[in-house]
Amino acid sequence: MDAMLQEIVAKYNYWIYVVLMMIGFYAMIGKSNLVKKLIGMNIFQTAIILMFISAGVKKGGGIPILDKQAVLERGVEAASIVNPLPHVLMLTAIVVSVSVTGVALAILQRIHGLYGSLEEDEILEKIDR
Amino acid sequence: MKKRALLSTLFTGALLLYGTGDFPPWGDPNAPAARHVSPLYIEKSVEDTHVPNIVTAVLADYRGYDTMFETIVIFCAGVVVVSALRRPDA
Amino acid sequence: MKEHYTLPQDRPIGPSLIIELSCRIMIPFIQLFALYVIAHGHYSPGGGFQGGVLLGAAYILMAIAFDQKTSMRFFPLRVNTALAGTGVLIYTGTGIACALLGGLFLDYSALEPLFPLGPVEWRSMGIFIVEVGVGLAVMSIMVSLFWDLASGGRLDRGL
Repeated sequence: MDAMLQEIVAKYNYWIYVVLMMIGFYAMIGKSNLVKKLIGMNIFQTAIILMFISAGVKKGGGIPILDKQAVLERGVEAASIVNPLPHVLMLTAIVVSVSVTGVALAILQRIHGLYGSLEEDEILEKIDR
Repeated sequence: MKKRALLSTLFTGALLLYGTGDFPPWGDPNAPAARHVSPLYIEKSVEDTHVPNIVTAVLADYRGYDTMFETIVIFCAGVVVVSALRRPDA
Repeated sequence: MKEHYTLPQDRPIGPSLIIELSCRIMIPFIQLFALYVIAHGHYSPGGGFQGGVLLGAAYILMAIAFDQKTSMRFFPLRVNTALAGTGVLIYTGTGIACALLGGLFLDYSALEPLFPLGPVEWRSMGIFIVEVGVGLAVMSIMVSLFWDLASGGRLDRGL
């Protein structure tokens, strides 16, 4: 019981984000409307971004914005500042997510113009005919 | 269809939750992600660049190449949307 | 069950004085705050991407609250395409200028011969220059994406 509680306290942030990822994943494969699939992909990407940010936290650490004078005089210890590398990589990931959503919405407009509907099974039977 | 989707989602979720057994505990300062290049960035960035914000210094100076391609990615997204949607007025 | 959706053009709303007046007051402050976020990327959370999105959001607010034609009158299409290319050009141009003056690509301390500041201060200035470039590119692309997606490519009337 004690070991299980310790496991839960050590890992529960990853579990929350896995649940959010699976919600987005179900929306991507289980819904038949194309816009709902796109929103599922957006939820998935957001869950990944949040998981990386939460994996870089250090216990008792401060934010990665330092005091210039104090650091130039005394130096800074790496264990007291939160890991800045996931923040940097996730800025790029957010911009990629926005770009992919924009391009996907443009393609969805063209699909709607060509086939008249945004439901996956109606489009598939119009293609097969 | 929905039942198959739900089953595969639950199976993938179970696999991922089993995989989190190997992750470092939350808030561990000795995690592998915080060891190789990240202490170098924290300790050296203010004296190398005189910029107090470590995230901006890493994004635009140490990893400036990635940010350049990031800007090109968002520019290409704009170009793609223009070329997919705009028609010459007939 | 597949419903039929009514397009927004079929439900005319019309101009509203409260929305127009409050947006007319808010938009300059949004732009000013966006410039503040870009310029203070060194000292507080912010930088190029965040400030660029805020600048774009000001014009998108204008396109939603008034009319898309009003937004395109304040930010013409030619200026939009020119600024998008200029933003990427500033970033790449800084990198090439660093390489031409003797250092590596995107090594800002090699820009020393242009203006005597010191190699460490030039790194800080180089970070600021590329953030301005990124902000311009992101602003133009956000506004262009919204115009194209909201009007279906025709650019005459939006949402």
